[in-house]
Amino acid sequence: MPQTVPRRVSGTDWLRDALPKLVLSPSLAVVLVFVYGFILFTFVLSFTDSRILPSFGWVGLENYQKLFGLRAWGIAIDNLLIFGSLYIVICCVVGLGLAIFLDQKIRAEGFIRTIYLYPMALSFIVTGTAWKWFLDPGIGLQAVVRSWGWEGFAFEWIKDPKMAIYTIVIAAVWQTSGFVMAMFLAGLRGIDTEVMKAAQIDGASTFALYRRIIIPQLRPAFMSAFVVLAHMAIKSYDLVIALTGGGPGTATEVPATFMYSYTFTRNQMGIGAASAVIMLMSIAAIMVPFIYSELRERK
Amino acid sequence: MASDVRAGASAAAIRPVGAPGSSQVIRTGGTARVAIYLILGLFCLYYLLPLYVMVVNSLKPLSEIQAGGMMSLPRDWTVEPWGKAWSTAQIGVAATGLRPFFLNSILMVVPAVALSTVLGAMNGYVLTKWRFRGDTWVFGMLLFACFIPFQMVLIPMARLLGLMGLAGTVPGLIFVHLVYGIGFSTLYFKNYYQQFPTELVRAAQIDGAGFFTIFRRIMLPSSGPIAVVCIIWQFTNIWNDFLFGASFSDFDSQPMTVALNNLVQSSTGVKEYNVHFAGAIMAALPTLLVYVVAGRYFVRGLMAGSVKG
Repeated sequence: MPQTVPRRVSGTDWLRDALPKLVLSPSLAVVLVFVYGFILFTFVLSFTDSRILPSFGWVGLENYQKLFGLRAWGIAIDNLLIFGSLYIVICCVVGLGLAIFLDQKIRAEGFIRTIYLYPMALSFIVTGTAWKWFLDPGIGLQAVVRSWGWEGFAFEWIKDPKMAIYTIVIAAVWQTSGFVMAMFLAGLRGIDTEVMKAAQIDGASTFALYRRIIIPQLRPAFMSAFVVLAHMAIKSYDLVIALTGGGPGTATEVPATFMYSYTFTRNQMGIGAASAVIMLMSIAAIMVPFIYSELRERK
Repeated sequence: MASDVRAGASAAAIRPVGAPGSSQVIRTGGTARVAIYLILGLFCLYYLLPLYVMVVNSLKPLSEIQAGGMMSLPRDWTVEPWGKAWSTAQIGVAATGLRPFFLNSILMVVPAVALSTVLGAMNGYVLTKWRFRGDTWVFGMLLFACFIPFQMVLIPMARLLGLMGLAGTVPGLIFVHLVYGIGFSTLYFKNYYQQFPTELVRAAQIDGAGFFTIFRRIMLPSSGPIAVVCIIWQFTNIWNDFLFGASFSDFDSQPMTVALNNLVQSSTGVKEYNVHFAGAIMAALPTLLVYVVAGRYFVRGLMAGSVKG
């Protein structure tokens, strides 16, 4: 709380009172300009006829109409929905499963955890490179299995426009599921054991115990995992670029790659800005309620 | 209540087994335990597989990979792909190897991490110990800034860097990473300083200590752990960044991730997978090293950044 002792206002007092705010103000100014100001700028651009460079001829909602009429954008949205939902569900299932197993007084738990979590330290470009060649039919998994004598083996998802998006799920789950495991494990370790002991004395089976008592108590962990994963899914860019480059063709286009290519290589800045606005809105729809509830809880 | 539990969980990272609060009260049978160990072991293999593939294939001649030997150990061990990736591989238009870009990344990461950490510490100090009307709003705005899709700032930032004469330079990248790193570093220090007894600050104030003296003498000496968490987080994020690097760098100022992507995606000539894998490990080594040395802090950063963000 601020000081309550009344003092005469002099120059030094003023400085002393204002100093904390002065220290904070450069950061606040930077964020106001480079985050919120820039958001506003891009928002305005999305209503203009900008092409190679920003220009300010007002065109109303035309960019948005064009955007939603574009096949590439439709593909990007479909891909995001497929990728996002599989990514979130698989990460949660794998993460929760591993967390429950790891919570059974496992020997070398720390060591196993270290292995599960190291992919989070890697760049998506590194992950993408490793999986790109591992999934490549010419040299990767398919070639290896064939060289082992199983000549008919085929695994060509990364070259198949219908299946390529699932290779991105594979690599993304590999990268993040260990982290989701850590979130659930922290949740499990925070649960009150008294209730469980009581339920066990009442003769509840292990399965019932987890389904009825433990997993419902992990709700906050599920919420956090969902928010983190959904936000990562919408922002996915590096991994797609490194793994498939958005291809074959445009088969693995996602909103982030769409925005980049329309803005910087196809010179359709207005449409690119409109797609960025849509991305921001979907993230805001997830993050704002979450941040709001976190800040309110803490007061 | 829920937030207390999570705050505890993130503060202690993940408590070791057997510590009070471990939820393990269930006795599992012998067969079940064997199955659990088996599953956990299989997942270890799954997570290690890409690392194994990168390492063994960076140490074998290209012909062995082309012959379908990606999963086997090298027959002829060689470090040639490493030398090539480091100093002679074709990146874009020049055969410079990854070395200059590794240096770019270091030149970019060090100042950006240092500055954003210092600012974050000051901000966290103000937001917890010198509270004012509307500070929750200020923090909320900083917090939301951590999560915006950066596509939303690419266009104006490209213009601004051009106007400032920083387009396509390492200082330009430092500036960008500093600006978008402040949110997270503030979040870390704020959550940490919140646990710090405010009475100590008030007592020092009554003794006549000023704003900076209190920060230097009272807050800083106990900030070690969170500073490590923050530095590791910023280092990992900025080193691994691709979007800003790809958008705002020239050929000469490319960071490592962008150069690696150029190396791997180049469509001319024979695809030298072994060189690609060696380059990928080089790009991964710094963050991997930090993870091995200070994994505990890395996990704490992840948890604090996500569970409480």
